[in-house]
Amino acid sequence: MAQQERDPAEERQTDRSLTMSRAMVEAIAHEMREDDEVFYMGEDVADYGGIFDSTEGLLEEFGRDRIMDVPISETAYIGAAVGAAQAGMRPIAELMFVDFFGVGMDQIYNQMAKNTYMSGGSVSVPMVLTAAVGGTYNDAAQHSQALYGTFAHLPGMKVVVPSTAYDAKGLMHNAIRDDDPVVYLFHKRLMGIGWLPAPDGPKTPVPEDDYTIPFGSADVKREGTDVTVVTLGLHVHRALEAADDLADDGIDAEVIDLRTLVPLDTETVRDSVAKTGRLVVVDEDYRSFGVTGEIVARVAEDGLADLEAVERVAVPDVPLPYARPMENEVIPDAEDITDAVRAARGDE
Amino acid sequence: MYEAMVTARQYEERLQEEYLEGKQPAFDISAGPIPGELHLAAGHEASGAGVCQHLRDDDTVTAPHRPHHIAVAKGVDLKRMTAEIFGRETGLSKGKGGHMHLFDPDVNFACSGIIAEGCPPAVGAGLAAKKRNTDSVAVAFLGEGAIDQGAFLESLNLAAVQNLPVVFVVEDNDWAISMPKDRVTDVKNGARRADGFDMPGTRVDADDAVAVYEAAREAIGRARDRNGPSLLEVQVHRRMGHFMGDPEAYRSDEDKAAAERRDSIDRLESDLRAHDVDDETIDELRSSARERVEEAIEWAKEQPEPEPAAAHEDVFSNPPSGVTDSEPNVAEPEAGGDD
Repeated sequence: MAQQERDPAEERQTDRSLTMSRAMVEAIAHEMREDDEVFYMGEDVADYGGIFDSTEGLLEEFGRDRIMDVPISETAYIGAAVGAAQAGMRPIAELMFVDFFGVGMDQIYNQMAKNTYMSGGSVSVPMVLTAAVGGTYNDAAQHSQALYGTFAHLPGMKVVVPSTAYDAKGLMHNAIRDDDPVVYLFHKRLMGIGWLPAPDGPKTPVPEDDYTIPFGSADVKREGTDVTVVTLGLHVHRALEAADDLADDGIDAEVIDLRTLVPLDTETVRDSVAKTGRLVVVDEDYRSFGVTGEIVARVAEDGLADLEAVERVAVPDVPLPYARPMENEVIPDAEDITDAVRAARGDE
Repeated sequence: MYEAMVTARQYEERLQEEYLEGKQPAFDISAGPIPGELHLAAGHEASGAGVCQHLRDDDTVTAPHRPHHIAVAKGVDLKRMTAEIFGRETGLSKGKGGHMHLFDPDVNFACSGIIAEGCPPAVGAGLAAKKRNTDSVAVAFLGEGAIDQGAFLESLNLAAVQNLPVVFVVEDNDWAISMPKDRVTDVKNGARRADGFDMPGTRVDADDAVAVYEAAREAIGRARDRNGPSLLEVQVHRRMGHFMGDPEAYRSDEDKAAAERRDSIDRLESDLRAHDVDDETIDELRSSARERVEEAIEWAKEQPEPEPAAAHEDVFSNPPSGVTDSEPNVAEPEAGGDD
């Protein structure tokens, strides 16, 4: 299996653009063709093709033995993926909405994430757990969370959050080939589903052949000198929108897409803050004890002298409300980000 | 019972119309007057009506993500429920819950959007009734797609071993989103699962509301008399997709047509006529239901949307100071959403 890493700049040389879901599916199909041990299990992943198109078209090529619809029983099938992975296979298990994690959480964080450690490294769990995350479509508190921080907080899982089709494919190739459990969180609003329109950003050129993006390599999506905006998932696109708005006022924001939370590319963030002196962290997860706090802490630990200002933009510790005015209030938008950047600069 | 069923059906037909407004021709889930997903229960009416006829306001019901027919039958405030579904300030949950998360404490009705997770709280309501020595009962509704969840099976066991006044009602509509029942379970008669917990299990076939009523009378009576829990599986049917916008490409036309043919409302209507209920009475029930539905929808649409700042309230019943009233981030209060 040829592995090659690509410079993100190279992606722009391909003129074939895909939605994020098509890019994910292309990587999964490629890995399934190359390796008979790869299979996909989840609710409504076969005939339906995944509620968020995460497995669209795979059933036709691979059949029910390898694209497996399972009963609604997260504990059983996520745990079964752990067992199959420990037996040497490479299962991908889909948790339909990340909000359902509680149902199968013991299998996720006591089995999947810890068995390698508890076995003193004698057992590996080469599986991928995929899940749809995120709000912005008014589905209320049990179907709208991001929960990035929850998985990144518990040791033993690599945590991937793609924001573009190019990244989604390259990171999926990595995830399936990785010998550790990888939690791959895709934002519904980025998938390019007909009934849930995506912003312009996530549909990108995607090479037809396989390629990997190293875990722990944050992507500087926009270079700037005045302030560093660190974010992930949907909010990469909102931050870029904010950066464009700020540029109109002569404020030059650097936007960093973390791409993976575990491992976390602290160095790219720190180097950027050393240049700009100001840090704004944007997250669609809850504010307290989450990604924003972690990023700020890491920069402070090693680069306190560089830090002139810090702002956090995140969901303000409330469950996601249903009605639009309230959901809009709590999920950060581009304006919230521009406000935070201005605050970090000490502007009015 | 007929009235509850007809009200539920008409309610859902109107909700469907309202939901699709603004979502056509191109379906965008975040457009239109009703936010979010909408799971309609047309075809499930026999279960909600047949069971809830035996319930009082002090009896507890937990419903799943497809709750409207049960809510109507349990006597949930129709206007405030509708306002909630439209995301309005005067809704049951002040616009925070939406259609999958309807709570009406006045009639002890609650919901969960997570499969089978309403079962344990129903056990808790039964436990409270036992501890307080009252004769109220609890009913947990779930779909046949939920019967493999640990929460359901563990709840059966706990209710049995504690001898609690709980009735578990499985609504078997043959489909768990795109999964047909025969690929979910090898147990054709779901009521047999009760055997494993040494509790009575009954299955009612053919969308027969009268038979549901009879079976529920026995199960709820048994619970009320402190003789322990029961399992009731009820055959219903799914007239629509799992959620609005579901293209149902996985389902054959024949299966859809078969579901339409076995309508519980038609069946009950025939039964009523066979018992000499005249057309005039039936028409009156239908038109009063229609009026009630229309009134609720019109009222709901006139209600104000919640203030954005209300999003920060109700996280706690007893808020620690400085938590729920704090302003988020650095945004000014007037900062709104961008999509």
